[in-house]
Amino acid sequence: MAKKVPQINASSMADISFLLLIFFLVTTSMDVNQGLARRLPAPVPPDQKVEASDINKRNLLVVKINSANQLMVQGQEMSIKQLRERAKEFIKNENDESYYPKLVEEDFGAPIGVVRYTKDHVISVQNDVDTQYQAYLDVQNELVAAYNELRDECARKYFHMPYNELDEDQQKQVQKVYPQKISEAEPKNYGGN
Amino acid sequence: MAKIRRNDKREMPALNTSSLPDIIFMLLFFFMSVTSMKEVTYKVQIQNPQATELTKMEKKSLVRYIYVGTPRPEFRKDFGSETRIQLDDAFADTKEIGEYIINERSAMKEQEQGLMTVSIKADKETRMGVIADIKQELRRAYALKINYAATQRTNY
Repeated sequence: MAKKVPQINASSMADISFLLLIFFLVTTSMDVNQGLARRLPAPVPPDQKVEASDINKRNLLVVKINSANQLMVQGQEMSIKQLRERAKEFIKNENDESYYPKLVEEDFGAPIGVVRYTKDHVISVQNDVDTQYQAYLDVQNELVAAYNELRDECARKYFHMPYNELDEDQQKQVQKVYPQKISEAEPKNYGGN
Repeated sequence: MAKIRRNDKREMPALNTSSLPDIIFMLLFFFMSVTSMKEVTYKVQIQNPQATELTKMEKKSLVRYIYVGTPRPEFRKDFGSETRIQLDDAFADTKEIGEYIINERSAMKEQEQGLMTVSIKADKETRMGVIADIKQELRRAYALKINYAATQRTNY
């Protein structure tokens, strides 16, 4: 007859696992790390003088935020909700307007082919020292959203798929049509303290 | 005639709890997978700003954080209530950021150094002057990949 193996008392197992569970609950946090990814320009070497960049005026969209978080686009006051449409119009320049950036023809390879796009457009964001971080981020967010929407439109038109479902090479192709050019100036003191 | 018998000696049968550890372990694994380790204990108060065009940061090991906000109430006495910067577990000055980034970068693997991302976790009330100083400092340290931490906006 086989010897009977004595049963191991496993009643404390639950306690041990509870302890582990509580430990993890305490040391971890639920919030996921997400954010608005941006790239800073490389630093200017100290011996090099800052040259006034010769950007054609029509290629430039100036977005200013003052200390009261008010927005001014090309000298006009604007609400944050209008900014996205305004930026899209500026980047696209569908009707070849003389006050929007110059259109340049370029071959982007199949299936996009030869397309006219605003090659040298720049969106310049200028903010005050006292601008609130949230207001600044709202502007950045709207501008990134404008680019994302345009890229998505382009992807649907040529690839018949939304932008985020394209593979990496296709995404790069679309990115070339709508290159993200958001420049940030050093903060200045506009309109009082 | 039937008689209802009452057996006073009958005990309640022991509840079988052998599956309890399994259930708890399941809970444990669930929490382990959906949460992330806290990076530091906050010394500054941060209310995340909101945005819609968010991207997730993929590799935790490549991300370094800069916290910006007003000191928590228990530190107010020593550090005041002006916006302060926190690096790792201590308050820091703007000038220390460059050194911190360079130290952190040299501690990374060589092939990963170019992929380092700096995440700026700032309170939404922060004034841009502070953020601009940080950005200048990051540019000087060649930490050009940055990320403004934010939460998903639910309403406009």
